[in-house]
Amino acid sequence: MLTADKNKHTKNMLLDLKVMGPILALIVLVLVGAALNGNFLSAGNVSNVLSRSAFIGIIAVGMTFVITAGGLDLSVGSMAAFIAGLMILVMNGLLPSMGAGWPLVMVGLLTAIVAGTAAGFINGFLITTMRIDAFIVTLGTMGIYRSLVTWLADGGTLSLDFGMRAIIRPIYFDGILGISWPIIVFALVAVIGELVMRRAAFGRHVAAVGSNDQVARYSSVNVNKVRMMTYIFLGVLVGIATIMYVPRLGSASSSTGVLWELEAIAAVIIGGTMLKGGFGRVWGTIIGVLILSLIGNILNLTDGVSPYLNGAVQGVIIILAVILQRDKKAEG
Amino acid sequence: MKFTKFAGAVALGATLVMPAFAQDTKVIGVSIPAATHGWAGGMNFHAQEAVKRLEEVYPELDFVLATASDAAKQVNDIEDMVATRNIDALVVLPFESEPLTSPVKAVSDGGAWVTVVDRGLSIEGIEDLYVAGDNAGFGKVSGEFMVSAMPEGGKIVAFRGIPTSIDNERVAGFEAAIEGSGIEVIGMEHGNWNRDDSFVVMQDFLSKHAQIDAVWASDDDMAIGILAAIEAAGRDDIQFVLGGAGMKEMIARTRDGDAMIPANVTYPPSMIATAIELTAVGLTSTAPVSGTFVIGSVLVTQDNAAEFYYADSPF
Repeated sequence: MLTADKNKHTKNMLLDLKVMGPILALIVLVLVGAALNGNFLSAGNVSNVLSRSAFIGIIAVGMTFVITAGGLDLSVGSMAAFIAGLMILVMNGLLPSMGAGWPLVMVGLLTAIVAGTAAGFINGFLITTMRIDAFIVTLGTMGIYRSLVTWLADGGTLSLDFGMRAIIRPIYFDGILGISWPIIVFALVAVIGELVMRRAAFGRHVAAVGSNDQVARYSSVNVNKVRMMTYIFLGVLVGIATIMYVPRLGSASSSTGVLWELEAIAAVIIGGTMLKGGFGRVWGTIIGVLILSLIGNILNLTDGVSPYLNGAVQGVIIILAVILQRDKKAEG
Repeated sequence: MKFTKFAGAVALGATLVMPAFAQDTKVIGVSIPAATHGWAGGMNFHAQEAVKRLEEVYPELDFVLATASDAAKQVNDIEDMVATRNIDALVVLPFESEPLTSPVKAVSDGGAWVTVVDRGLSIEGIEDLYVAGDNAGFGKVSGEFMVSAMPEGGKIVAFRGIPTSIDNERVAGFEAAIEGSGIEVIGMEHGNWNRDDSFVVMQDFLSKHAQIDAVWASDDDMAIGILAAIEAAGRDDIQFVLGGAGMKEMIARTRDGDAMIPANVTYPPSMIATAIELTAVGLTSTAPVSGTFVIGSVLVTQDNAAEFYYADSPF
């Protein structure tokens, strides 16, 4: 009895640290930031950091489902750049016939959602029906979308018509009660994602497929359909993130969304989701996204660290956040 | 623009277009980085335009144009050009100096003419012609404008590009030019020649500093991100933003008298066209074109902005 109790106790401690790891890292970062600069906790700075986290954040929620189902998507950054370019081209193209106004903005938003859904479907189709490895498929589509946006922009930058920019700008900069739209949409996506992962049958199917697809298949889970849905879900979220992104600067180029895929994947892993699949934590992903944004923000607000070392500081904190929640069993 | 060794070579070359009877076709390989940002996009545009035009002017010349997304791909491109097209001349804008030095040296040792553009190689004396941008001069002209625009001095924030020797030379030139002028750089960060990165860094600079008098953006892509951040924050303490490289939208705003963008400093992506033209001249005529050709950085203000606006260029 004594050994059993002891084991249980150790297990709880580990579980606690696993759950608390990312939260602890976030709290430490907030305290460090507040100590280093008085403006860190000002409403303006908090709003800036949350708004700019929204792009990666919205995508990372979708990435949590893909990774939990045992998949991976490297194409999301390029996909976002391509959708942004497409959205701008469609709005500029229809401007003479529709005139500048909200109906045209709606067409732009619809373009982003449809393109995102289609891009997600293509990834999902190649991975599930054609049975090609997710890493290879999305590495391929990553290059394809990046080239397409460069081609659409003729190597330069696609810019939204100046009049339209004034109309669409509030989507990034305005909001309700001083909370900007990107923050509101990010919060909604996070809450819905968390509910689906925890409460809906789909969330359990995703974890089952990622844990052991053979067993899931014998339990009459439609494995291919679940996998396909995670990629489509992610594609739609990339579309939504792009809708938040385009109004900010009203432009897209081949440098849009570079390395977003790695930031999203890093946020997911920092949050406690297993890279090999089978277990996902949407709220952890949100913490991961905030940790990544805060590091950059704090480094900009302080003078102590050479800008050459920003990447190194980021790397150290990512590794520390994951060490805090490592699985003892993995050490054998 | 400054001629060092061959005054008037271009003008001379243009009059020396030879008739193309009974001549062997010569092949010029052009290897440049892919259009990964605005400036490179403009450079790609000018390279394609130059090739298109010169193929008509010189029927005896053939051109091979390859764009590379990284240094390793560029090395492969150059090796392929030598192996499969047996090029007589190579015009190369090296992705990075170090990895490209020995492959380009091999081309030179094989007897082909080599023209290097913008970024120099690590070993001197490989190239026959070096068409160079003046990065120290770019920083110096920018700094001198800052000093003249802020005679009483003031607090500025400065943006740097991707950490490279180009960026270091520019910043060194800038810092030397503002030394002792009363202009104080209160913050300097890398915006990586990227709009989104610069937007984020500028937001943080605005949170950190209550008073900023001016911004040295050092690049027009970065200036666009910076201007968006200033506008969103509703701050009116910043008097102006000085970009650089001469993006056409920004040149247009200077031309139209936008007080926030009173000037620009050129670093023309069309220098690739200069290099291709001179190489063609060297291959088809007796005019000497070897040496170094430095393309100076010029200050653009409202008075002369119209001369620097290229309507067709994507940059």
